[in-house]
Amino acid sequence: MTRRAIFPNRVLPYVLLAPQLIITIVFFFWPAGQAVYTSLIRQDPFGLRTTFVWFENFVTVLTDPFYVQALQVTFVFSVSVVVVAMGTGLVLAVTADKPIRGAGIYKTLLIWPYAIAPAVSAALWLFIFHPVIGVVGRALIQQGIRWEYTLNSAHAMILVVLAASWNRVAYNFIFFLAGLQSIPRSVIEAAAVDGAGSRQRFWRIVFPLLSPTTFFLLVVNVIFAFFDTFGVIHALTRGGPGKATETLIYKVYVDGVINLDLGGSSAQSVILLLVVIALTAVQFRYIERRVHY
Amino acid sequence: MTAVRRRLREWPAHLILLVGVALFAFPVYVAVIGSTHDLATVASGRMGLTPGPYGLKNYVQAWSTGTGERIRGAPVRQMVRNSAIMAVTISTGKIAISIISAFAVVFFNFPGRMFFFWMIFVTLMLPVEVRIIPTYKVVSDLGMINTFAGLTIPLIASATATLIFRQFFLQVPDELVDAAKVDGAGPMRFFWSVLLPLSSTTVAALFVILFLYGWNQYLWPLLITTSQSMETVVIGITKMIGTGEALVDWPIIMATAVMAMLPPITVVVLMQRWFVKGLTETEK
Repeated sequence: MTRRAIFPNRVLPYVLLAPQLIITIVFFFWPAGQAVYTSLIRQDPFGLRTTFVWFENFVTVLTDPFYVQALQVTFVFSVSVVVVAMGTGLVLAVTADKPIRGAGIYKTLLIWPYAIAPAVSAALWLFIFHPVIGVVGRALIQQGIRWEYTLNSAHAMILVVLAASWNRVAYNFIFFLAGLQSIPRSVIEAAAVDGAGSRQRFWRIVFPLLSPTTFFLLVVNVIFAFFDTFGVIHALTRGGPGKATETLIYKVYVDGVINLDLGGSSAQSVILLLVVIALTAVQFRYIERRVHY
Repeated sequence: MTAVRRRLREWPAHLILLVGVALFAFPVYVAVIGSTHDLATVASGRMGLTPGPYGLKNYVQAWSTGTGERIRGAPVRQMVRNSAIMAVTISTGKIAISIISAFAVVFFNFPGRMFFFWMIFVTLMLPVEVRIIPTYKVVSDLGMINTFAGLTIPLIASATATLIFRQFFLQVPDELVDAAKVDGAGPMRFFWSVLLPLSSTTVAALFVILFLYGWNQYLWPLLITTSQSMETVVIGITKMIGTGEALVDWPIIMATAVMAMLPPITVVVLMQRWFVKGLTETEK
């Protein structure tokens, strides 16, 4: 990463780096350090006495049945969002990659939902699936289905998964399409000459060659489902009914901001931090591998 | 004959894509329809899929007061202004501080260079969601609650933008730097007259992505804006919905939602080329 031609200057580089570094220290490192520190101490309710308790907060969090439940909810939610959003994105990308007329127009018509905020997408889906006023919600009830997302946990989960996935399909579509377009046509044509049918061509050639994109999207979609869906859940169900849609990130918010349990919430933050570090590490190992290709 | 056969072979593809387009458009279509009816029609569950006569009234009401039956929102005019200030400040701020720090890391050699670079790099692993409470505490200690500074500055540091500019700067040929030096240009002159014009497409692509990032922020404004005059439009919508009762003024909420979606969608559609470039490059 070193260039040959550089400017000889002693002070200027520090001045140029200063704004970024100051913000990074004040709003990233200091709070992250605080989170780690708070996760290791216990304060009495008046904040007068602080005891260093090592990993007690972590033990409390990890043995809390509600935390285990949030873990399960997050798992079900993330797997559903990843499967629905990536599956739909892949089908649309494979189809739009075919040499058909109007492919450019389809592309434009399929990428714009990326611009919609998760919370706004939640508002739109609620308006459709509302049991009293929603177009689809009412139809479901007319069909004899007792659709009630505020009381039925499964219905609530379906609704948050739908709203979150809908928001994400466009993103996966863009990346799958870019991945498909970088596969050399000659490879696919050679297989066609050898008599491979279109299904065989896809599963034996296209899909394996697409695996770097798929893997990348897998990591990014898991990160999205873990962290960026806070708005969807906050707008739609507030974690309810009961705690049926309370994901890990939503629980950090509830415990820290609403219940003011600082030790427990910090311990949860630190656990999530480890998750992010692990996911980022996986993602970078993969990028390194691809560079060495 | 061949044209007909070609069309026959293409129709399954068209069908799949049209279903996709319809699935994407349906929720937005219903929102637009909902914003043209009155509350009585919507709340009693009589709304169909055709527009009603109250569109203009609802949009004017949402834009100027934001208040309707059982909701007391802020005027959309004001919320959209807050969102726009937030999105533009975050995107330009991120680009500005990232481009100069990448410039420092690539074009100078100074003690601690790699250390500082890694310091910026590891912030990738510290998303705001995992350090909510301590970051909130810092902002409140600095007296920045309910200010645009508190809303934007903590989100301005950006490892991704710095990495992208660094990647781009590393590809600038050495000859260009030497030529500038021979012509007697100092580092800042080189930055303004050579580097910045070269980076214009990267800047445009990043701007689109970061504008969407800023406009669609949720958790951070939810914590930082306690006064209604500071609310962004995305937060405003969820506050209006509340617990999702049938009797809140859904037509006004939907009119607000449509106006909240319009700016980011316009940016994506008009700047599609830069958007796709920015997206695929920022995430690499």
